[in-house]
Amino acid sequence: MKILTGNDLKSGAVVWWDGSEWSKYVNSAEDVGDNGDAIIAREEGARRVFSAYVIDGERDANGVRPAHIKERIRALGPTVRPDLTLKPGDPDAGNWVI
Amino acid sequence: MYKYDQYDQQMVDTRVAEFRDQVRRRLGGQLTEEQFRPLRLQNGLYLQLHAYMLRVAVPYGTLNSAQMTALGDIADKYDRGYGHFTTRQNIQYNWIKLEETPDILADLAAIEMHAIQTSGNCIRNISSDQFAGAAADEVVDPRPYAELLRQWSSFHPEFLVLPRKFKFAVIASETDRAAMKLHDIGIKMVKNAAGEVGAQFYVGGGMGRTPMIAPMIREFVPLDQLITYAEACLRVYNRYGRRDNKYKARIKILVHELGKEEYTRQVEEEFAHLLGQDIEPPIAELERIKTHFTDPAFEVGAPDDLDLTDPDFRLWVERNCHTHKQPGYSVATVSLKPVGGIPGDASADQIRLMAQLAKDYSLDELRVTHAQNIVFPHVRKADLYTVWKALDEAELSTANLDTVGDIIACPGLDYCSLANARSIPLAQKISQAFGSAEKQSELGELKLKISGCINACGHHHAGHIGVLGVDRKGVENYQLLLGGSEGADTSLGQITGRGFDEDGVVEAIETATQVYLSNKQGEERFLDTYRRIGMAPFKEAIYG
Repeated sequence: MKILTGNDLKSGAVVWWDGSEWSKYVNSAEDVGDNGDAIIAREEGARRVFSAYVIDGERDANGVRPAHIKERIRALGPTVRPDLTLKPGDPDAGNWVI
Repeated sequence: MYKYDQYDQQMVDTRVAEFRDQVRRRLGGQLTEEQFRPLRLQNGLYLQLHAYMLRVAVPYGTLNSAQMTALGDIADKYDRGYGHFTTRQNIQYNWIKLEETPDILADLAAIEMHAIQTSGNCIRNISSDQFAGAAADEVVDPRPYAELLRQWSSFHPEFLVLPRKFKFAVIASETDRAAMKLHDIGIKMVKNAAGEVGAQFYVGGGMGRTPMIAPMIREFVPLDQLITYAEACLRVYNRYGRRDNKYKARIKILVHELGKEEYTRQVEEEFAHLLGQDIEPPIAELERIKTHFTDPAFEVGAPDDLDLTDPDFRLWVERNCHTHKQPGYSVATVSLKPVGGIPGDASADQIRLMAQLAKDYSLDELRVTHAQNIVFPHVRKADLYTVWKALDEAELSTANLDTVGDIIACPGLDYCSLANARSIPLAQKISQAFGSAEKQSELGELKLKISGCINACGHHHAGHIGVLGVDRKGVENYQLLLGGSEGADTSLGQITGRGFDEDGVVEAIETATQVYLSNKQGEERFLDTYRRIGMAPFKEAIYG
């Protein structure tokens, strides 16, 4: 699947396109197919995000998983600071990245 | 320490107001990201893997306690309660909000700090010896010259759009503690036969994808020609440095391609021309700057005795303290590398504690080191135990300076958008495997440096043991290098062979240390043994 990611303009936070708005959870990401560029143009124009781009991912039993490790770390947070990730209560969350 | 004059303060305040307006226009839609990006980068605001990152300049690594306290407060108020000290003697905050950045810059301006020229193809923060002003072996205090260069290079209109970024280091001791020869320009302050102070210029060093050791191009530049000579070096680079290929744009490539002799000839020609242009600041300005770097009020007759009956304190003194030029004083380094910790990170509370200790026990001064540690440059020996006890309670008393646990590591793929592999988890794993006092004692001085990509922010080329993280088809892979050094005996590490996964490279490092211990003669360090026996025995043991 093709998923769309970017950064929130004000906070810089990593966000994912869920089909109608931006979510901080990669599991909310929708397959944008061939529409990525059009969504990017519209959303960046409206200053809701910046530095947006389309990446490869797949949906499995655990949710949406970006294809590349860099995007998986973006999706979770720094593996060396579990307390600062999106799953601070899960000390093993970093395993999902690898 | 240098105090801003009205011009310094006005420049910084004006820049804050300017950036506040730029942020307002960006958020209001008058500026696109394409238009705004170079403006935010000129103010040290990057976009990293998870958020905006702000890099704050610490000129030649020198801070007073009020500044350090404010850095801790910024970590609490605007970030997530910590900061990361970098290999450029700067501090970075990883979770910055764009709309709050002007307020952060205003807070920094209030303590005579900023983030200007911490990004972009300009002259970056000038780095120096973290023991400057305290070292027993220095010819002069190098910081006045670093400050003069800072003033010359700040907003220098001719050098704001260089072919590539540009880094200076200034030292004044035989012992190079600033990796001076691995900078675009390294300056060593020296005395000539007549006893006059001048500058020795080394040009064209650097790490990155094409590491090179800077050759010396001028043995002695008189003080009243220092800026003119630096200007000549930059002018030749600005004129002929490659702008067509970012990977060949650093000055090291120009010096290499022209050859040291031809580059030097062109610099000397430009220098001769510039001498007639009267661009050198008046020597009175250097003298004015020097007045800010006079010795603090050392206590005369401070005792040299130290009670070393506490074995942990003794170990810390032996590992982390250095000889001071003033009898009765010591230079104490706080390791930001606890076993299993994140190299260079300090919590807001730890930052404020170090600030308070500096105020109470180090004549109000601190230094950031390029090895990502903090120095108290002027501690009375009589106060060392008190300082150590306070550090110990804050988990800042690790006694591992220049040992295998004192790892330099870039932020790597956990934070950096350029990285190919994670550096910090590997540093933590190595630190846990080798970080015991016994192991460190057995291995002695062993500098280990890890970079998460070829840009080499973790200085892997200069590690006695270096590790370079690469991306192999989406999987982290680590190359091992041996034999690098950054001191007076600067050398570049050589790759052992094929790379490893994370566990594999830890095993390979274990094997390399065993080869060292088996072959060590007398007091040889790892590096000495490597240089004597060469790569072959290490390679044989690692790969079989």
